[in-house]
Amino acid sequence: MYPQKSNNLETTVTKPLTREDLLKAYRTMRTIREFEERLHTDFATGEIPGFVHLYAGEEASATGVCMNLTAEDHIASTHRGHGHCIAKGVDPVGMMAEIWGRTTGTCKGKGGSMHIADLSVGMLGANGIVGGGGPLVCGTALAAKLRGQPYVSVCFFGDGASNQGTIFEAMNLASVWNLPVIFLAENNGYAEATSSNFSVACDNIADRASAFGMPGITVDGFDFFAVYEAAGAAIERARQGGGPSLVEVKLSRYYGHFEGDQQTYRAPGEVQNIRDTKDCLLQFARRVTSSGQIAQAELDAIDAEVKALIDGSVVKAKSDPKPTEADLLTDVYVSY
Amino acid sequence: MARKITYQQAINEALDQEMSRDQNVIVMGEDVAGGAGSPGEQDAWGGVLGVTRGLYHKHPGRVIDTPISESGYVGAAIGAACCGMRPVAELMFVDFLGVCFDQIFNQAAKFRYMFGGKAETPVVIRAMYGAGFRAAAQHSQCLYNIFTHIPGLKVVVPSNPYDAKGLLIQSIRDNDPVIFLEHKALYTMEGEVPEESYTVPFGEAAVVREGHDVTIVAIGRMVQKAQEAAADLQKQGIHCEIIDPRTTSPLDTDTILESVEKTGRLVVVDESHPRCSMASDIAGLVAENAFGSLKAPIRQVTGYHAPVPFSDALEELYIPSAAKIIAAAKSVKEYK
Repeated sequence: MYPQKSNNLETTVTKPLTREDLLKAYRTMRTIREFEERLHTDFATGEIPGFVHLYAGEEASATGVCMNLTAEDHIASTHRGHGHCIAKGVDPVGMMAEIWGRTTGTCKGKGGSMHIADLSVGMLGANGIVGGGGPLVCGTALAAKLRGQPYVSVCFFGDGASNQGTIFEAMNLASVWNLPVIFLAENNGYAEATSSNFSVACDNIADRASAFGMPGITVDGFDFFAVYEAAGAAIERARQGGGPSLVEVKLSRYYGHFEGDQQTYRAPGEVQNIRDTKDCLLQFARRVTSSGQIAQAELDAIDAEVKALIDGSVVKAKSDPKPTEADLLTDVYVSY
Repeated sequence: MARKITYQQAINEALDQEMSRDQNVIVMGEDVAGGAGSPGEQDAWGGVLGVTRGLYHKHPGRVIDTPISESGYVGAAIGAACCGMRPVAELMFVDFLGVCFDQIFNQAAKFRYMFGGKAETPVVIRAMYGAGFRAAAQHSQCLYNIFTHIPGLKVVVPSNPYDAKGLLIQSIRDNDPVIFLEHKALYTMEGEVPEESYTVPFGEAAVVREGHDVTIVAIGRMVQKAQEAAADLQKQGIHCEIIDPRTTSPLDTDTILESVEKTGRLVVVDESHPRCSMASDIAGLVAENAFGSLKAPIRQVTGYHAPVPFSDALEELYIPSAAKIIAAAKSVKEYK
């Protein structure tokens, strides 16, 4: 039933990026950044309800991975899920309305920031339970495998979730069933306020791959191209029946665990230093402009369009209606 | 054409017929076939008590053994259901709920609501429950009340072979997550079961016996005990009406209330622990909605607020008996 596995990610070649791909990647990363920076600003006014966990700083990961995926491929996300949603093709206007608790939101205002999902684009949901997505992607991957479809599933999870039993169970299950799953560990250095230097027992999360009989690789998560290539190799391998992989991207979040987190556990100047020297958008722009592939003016135009999109999404979200009592008991079941 | 088969055979037949009807139906769990990767016989067990025996060879590739990773494979079943499969995952003993509950109550149960009605999760989770096997505290619980508490889940507790087959077929065709609970002491119970496929609808209680003196609502295996008690009580001139809810979620409250309005007396028989139980739930429902009809206090015949004991001397004391039901029915009939 299952093809022979190899434990090598280097035998597959990632699809080369066209100019259009580069523009799309930049637009996606900029959209995520703008979306998150705007939420950071608006949250401070006290108008946005609930818990919000921002993805700013990590854009190269979601974008580098999802540029290798189609709408038929599935991803599972985390509590820090806005970036994954946008990169997988969820409409940011609906997302903003969702976060503002409006009936026009992606989930009609019933999910909120931590539960944005859109199965029509293969987005299985942000998830309020750390490590919750691992088992789920084994299921979407199993469905593809049983139906003979070339679709893959990606589980995004953090360094915190890397210590959850669900992730270990899912990695073992994906390996013994030889499923087309990519375990994409986003190691941003902190599980809430606890450093991964303390909580992860091995040097790299990817070191755990061999224990589950799959290849593992650690890449620079600030470098879109490194993520794109490593994830692309793992995804291509999975598509061809080669089984699961573990890809660890090392990166950083620019804001706290949640909005309002004072982040006293971080070193003074830590985030500013990363923003100045490693920022994924700056690195990307420098590379594609200096190579002559993209003009700075094109990137500036994208920046302006994205800003208008996000500004418009906030204006709309603020004026859209909230759900009413008639919505309280709908959609608990398909039928009851 | 009906013939006598056991509760266990009825469940096997339901799975077999649904797997033949719909390629999306798959069976997965620990040793649901047995023998995966082993040098000896495949389908060696067909489930730990042989309930799924024979399906492995009839439905190649669709009866899938799993590692002992309940979170992993229950979550995989849920993920597969999200993309249109109809997995039937077997949890073996319902007591193992403790190691996979997150996937059931935080993931499957909530997807539809959290995602604004955009998800369907047609998964069935089968599990054995109940005392009487000297299996002690971690293999003898009922726990249907825990699932019933959770909006988004449906909970099925068949008391006989006919209902077992019809309710399981309904469970598989249902588009919501269903917990299907099989009392292990009922596996050898024989009853008339049609050979052809049929469904028993959810939320429709069975009036197992008609009577005008006392309403007995009994869950699962307790229906048998109630029937024993009612036969004895009949000889003593007390005519009991027995109601088998068949599903605890949805619960057919109308049939229960109509019966109590007729008899004015209620005994609820529930094998599980008494606190926050189906017994207390139904008692509360009747107290709130049919108070004016009651001629006597409601009586609950349940297990105890103690783990299920091992020694036969203690376990027999633990399980509600016909004698206790008789005593309860007489006490409400004679109440002045």
